[in-house]
Amino acid sequence: MTAVLERPHTPARAVGAGVFRPAQLLASLPTALRKLDPRHQVHNPVMFVVWVGSVVVTVAAIVDPSVFAWLIAIWLWFTVVFANLAEAVAEGRGRAQADALRSTRTDTVAHREDGSTVPATELRVDDRVVVEAGQVIPGDGEVVEGIATVDESAITGESAPVVRESGGDSSSVTGGTTVLSDRIVVRITARPGESFVDRMIALVEGAQRQKTPNEIALTILLSALTIVFLLAVVSLQPMAAYSGAQQTLVVLVALLVCLIPTTIGALLSAIGIAGMDRLVQRNVLATSGRAVEAAGDVSTLLLDKTGTITHGNRRATALHALPGVDVGELAAAARLASLADTTPEGRSIVELIARDHGLSPEATATEAAAAFVPFSATTRMSGVDLADGDDRELRKGATSAVLAWLGDETDRARLEAIATEIAERGGTPLAVADGARALGIVELSDVVKPGIAQRFAELRTMGIRTVMITGDNPVTARVIAAASGVDDVLAEATPEDKLALIRREQAGGRMVAMTGDGTNDAPALAQADVGVAMNSGTAAAKEAGNMVDLDSDPTKLIGVVEVGKQMLITRGALTTFSLANDLAKYFAILPAMFLAIFPQLAALNVMQLATPESAILSAVVFNALVIVALIPLALRGVRFRPSTSDRLLRRNLLVYGLGGIAVPFVGIFLIDLVVRLVPGIG
Amino acid sequence: MAGALQLLVLLVLLAAAWRPLGDWMARVYTDERDWRVERLVYRVARVDPRSEQRASTYAVAVLAFSFAGIVLLYLLQRLQTLLPWSFDRGAVEPGVAFNTAISFVTNTDWQSYVPETTMGHAVQLAGLTVQNVVSAAVGMAVAVALVRGFVRSRTDRLGNAWVDIVRGCTRVLLPIATVAAVALVATGVVMSLRAGVDLTGPDGTVSTAAIAPAASQEAIKELGTNGGGILNANAAHPYENPTPLSNILEIFLMLVIPVALTRTFGRLVGSGGRRSGAELDPSGMRQGVSLLAVMAGLWGAVLAVIWTAEATGAAFAGANLEGKEVRFGIPGSALFANTTTGTSTGAVNSLHDSYSAVGGGGTLLNILFSEMTPGGVGTGLYGILVVAIIAVFLAGLMVGRTPEYLGKRLGRREVTCAVVVTLTMPALVLLGTGLAIALPSTGDAMTNAGPHGLSEVLYAFASAANNNGSAFGGLTVTSGFFQTALGIAMLLGRFLPIVAVLALAGLLARQPRVAASSGTLSTGTPLFSVLVAGTVVLVAAITFLPALALGPIAEGLA
Repeated sequence: MTAVLERPHTPARAVGAGVFRPAQLLASLPTALRKLDPRHQVHNPVMFVVWVGSVVVTVAAIVDPSVFAWLIAIWLWFTVVFANLAEAVAEGRGRAQADALRSTRTDTVAHREDGSTVPATELRVDDRVVVEAGQVIPGDGEVVEGIATVDESAITGESAPVVRESGGDSSSVTGGTTVLSDRIVVRITARPGESFVDRMIALVEGAQRQKTPNEIALTILLSALTIVFLLAVVSLQPMAAYSGAQQTLVVLVALLVCLIPTTIGALLSAIGIAGMDRLVQRNVLATSGRAVEAAGDVSTLLLDKTGTITHGNRRATALHALPGVDVGELAAAARLASLADTTPEGRSIVELIARDHGLSPEATATEAAAAFVPFSATTRMSGVDLADGDDRELRKGATSAVLAWLGDETDRARLEAIATEIAERGGTPLAVADGARALGIVELSDVVKPGIAQRFAELRTMGIRTVMITGDNPVTARVIAAASGVDDVLAEATPEDKLALIRREQAGGRMVAMTGDGTNDAPALAQADVGVAMNSGTAAAKEAGNMVDLDSDPTKLIGVVEVGKQMLITRGALTTFSLANDLAKYFAILPAMFLAIFPQLAALNVMQLATPESAILSAVVFNALVIVALIPLALRGVRFRPSTSDRLLRRNLLVYGLGGIAVPFVGIFLIDLVVRLVPGIG
Repeated sequence: MAGALQLLVLLVLLAAAWRPLGDWMARVYTDERDWRVERLVYRVARVDPRSEQRASTYAVAVLAFSFAGIVLLYLLQRLQTLLPWSFDRGAVEPGVAFNTAISFVTNTDWQSYVPETTMGHAVQLAGLTVQNVVSAAVGMAVAVALVRGFVRSRTDRLGNAWVDIVRGCTRVLLPIATVAAVALVATGVVMSLRAGVDLTGPDGTVSTAAIAPAASQEAIKELGTNGGGILNANAAHPYENPTPLSNILEIFLMLVIPVALTRTFGRLVGSGGRRSGAELDPSGMRQGVSLLAVMAGLWGAVLAVIWTAEATGAAFAGANLEGKEVRFGIPGSALFANTTTGTSTGAVNSLHDSYSAVGGGGTLLNILFSEMTPGGVGTGLYGILVVAIIAVFLAGLMVGRTPEYLGKRLGRREVTCAVVVTLTMPALVLLGTGLAIALPSTGDAMTNAGPHGLSEVLYAFASAANNNGSAFGGLTVTSGFFQTALGIAMLLGRFLPIVAVLALAGLLARQPRVAASSGTLSTGTPLFSVLVAGTVVLVAAITFLPALALGPIAEGLA
């Protein structure tokens, strides 16, 4: 466990909104125009139909010019450009982050172990390089010798330095980060151009973007709908001719474009890119959009106890004095024994006593002069020897060790009883003795992070089970489980147990997400549907997972799930909205097409649109503008608060289903008020 | 008042039959033992009833069985002169025989011939009636295979098509049809092998009224949602449907299996694929009930439209009785018309062409809903399950998960299959209608010009592509173009969806089951019923609104 994990827990919040500035639209316009290339358009079947329609109407407008035909042609092109704009803006936001990352890849010089110096770009895998204080690590690798503090702010944005050392689970270093102190030898593990930063840049730029499974399925459905509308429009012409109201090509194309799901077709890829982007904003990198999608489906979360559910280390929570001993005396002794102890446990004892007994957390000059007896594996105790005349020897340590040190004259039974009681409720007893006299016990216990129980309750309403993973014994584990409200516990967990648990959950039809940092977590990370590796972890762990958390904050797993869900909801909501829009467009266009032959269809013109031309043009303009209007929503994602599926469905159906029916009636009506003023239309 | 009583009797009968018949059918398709008569069939057909088939084999079996039926039925008609009881009616013309063979094997029963003068009793009994039974059994088998796809996991086996078809006949269709035929005879339906009876009119002239073995065919015609009349006037003829009582009985027969299949579905889903008698999961039954609610809701809504439109708004006698039998009146006709179009039966006891624009539009709408209110035998269930899949796919995303229905994920391939099922019908109807209306010859085939003429053509293709078989009337469909185009529409409208449904079933069966939680979209709820009903209406509306605007809507607003 590295120091990074000690960061305070950020409280629960709704999935945050990325800032969207209208200026981004303008900045992305050149890219959007470049995307008019049919070779690009053909990847999006719905928008390709609009593109072909625009070409057809433009030709028709040239052959048989009219204000109406030209306006339709222009607005159809706008529709295509607006769709490109959505994609370009989404990509642009990713590119800004990529640029920031790229700036870290300066022309680093690598010092090989043999003393030679080469440019970082010429390093090969397994080269061993020396990096000293102040130098930039030339490439991704593993520390094979030494220990150093490293500034990783270039990658993580986090200014607090982290410790990297050979062996253990914090041996991996990233190219582009800076060594602040000491000297390490790094074995390079990635070829130039394939380093972590390179891959991150490629991902956030969307260069490697592939459609996710759900996106493909949705595209199939949208394409099929497009085909049906194509058939509906094509077969309409003979029916119209039979009825004596043959339609022009311009009108038919306008009808087709209004009916096919252009809104979602235009925004679909932007939603996917923005989903990845929202993860990046949280300093989580997904190796694929597929992983983000899977995060929405997760139904079991495996959470490490330490760092996620509880604070990283145990803290002193109570003092238990033996009968006949004043609790003040115990407090004073425990404080003295811990003042020089810099471990988190030791600090927490001093803090507890300062809070509850008003004794200063700072050592006085005399106190500081006392001889500190550090913890050793043989004595299993630490303490101080006071040289103030009494020659007091204050000790604290494991109960059995202290008892052995005390000899027989103390109340062994009583001390052991208290210790057992504490152990049973999951705490760690630390016996305190003054010379040969036992004073009592300091209780250390895990402290559940604030707000975590509420977070788990939210997850439960979303149908997500939480399982706490801990190396503790089952008794201790159950106490923390009860306090934090997790659904299940895996105690005394070995990596094999974790893997077996994941397999069991998956066999039961559940999808599992977990975090991990050690090499022995790698199989489980690979088996999990969403495996978030800590950036502080080993290279093996990072390779096995499908996401990397740059902040190495295991709590973020919960946020990752929310981002996945939000992306899927946005996709579904905009699809529903898009399809529901068709009803109003029919009411605008159908009467306009056939009013001449069937005057009674005027009854369908509920929006009281001025003329057939203005009605059709208004529908086309609405269709184009709604894309621009929804770009911010596509990038930000729809509002998501954890709740049950029924409530989510009801709300979203109401907003995007009924809203999708109502909004275009109003929109087309308003646009018509303007359009009817155009000469030759109104 | 009498109308409300008829409706009440019908609903009570259906409610009473729903549970026992639904549970019985669930047992039929999960039973591990064969009846003696079934074992005989398997031995003759050299089928191992215990061997299970993959989706592809199942589909091949269903297709082979159906195409063999088409060939056999075609030959029977062409060789009619060699058969007994053919009364010199001669060999059936190739065009008519082709169209009829397809029509009866696809459970459409579109009739482009006059039965009394075309088909002898041998063709009726050995050909058409047999297909009425087995085509219905095929529909049920496909539906059951799809349900097995949902219920099973990690297997590529969907059951045995031969066993499913045989059991549908022996254990469901034939027993009920036999009882129903006797009941129909009791109400006055004729059952005779004679060609006709001589009737002496009041003025002394003697005329011959054709009669036929009607009761046996009438029973299975309604029960199997087939609809092909043994007499030209179909269920409007007093020999096929003599009294209001027989009328209600026939409406009940059309509805009973499609309605009860929702319980069968709930039962099978609830049992989690275990054998009959296993403990029932109530959430499974909710799945069935929520689909039944969609069927019933849409059936009731369109009934209200038709009933109201016919009972009011006519200039003559306070109600639109043109083309209706006075012994049924408005309620008996509206109930029958709504049911026959909602179940893909296509039998008629009144002339839909004579309905008001709105009332006739209602019958057309039922068909354009893709026949799932409650739909044909088997076809209605698999039809609505596919729409449920589309609805779940659209709405499921809105709960923040990749869509899943009944524990099965809906990915690229599942959606592709569902889309093929859903889009086949609109494609056939739109292309067929567009093509027909563009042909100059079509104008001569129509009785009416203007919007009503368009409605006639649209109805014909909708009826064929949906395997309904009812005719709006007024359109002469004996030309080579209509015989062929409608024949193709019936063929593709039946078998493309069947193949796609079986492929879908295969994909679903192979998947493991995803565990449900409070985060998954609950599909057994009223909200879900509204969602599915909304999808049915929305898909029909956005596909057919332009055509409807030029047909019934333009006529209705005039």
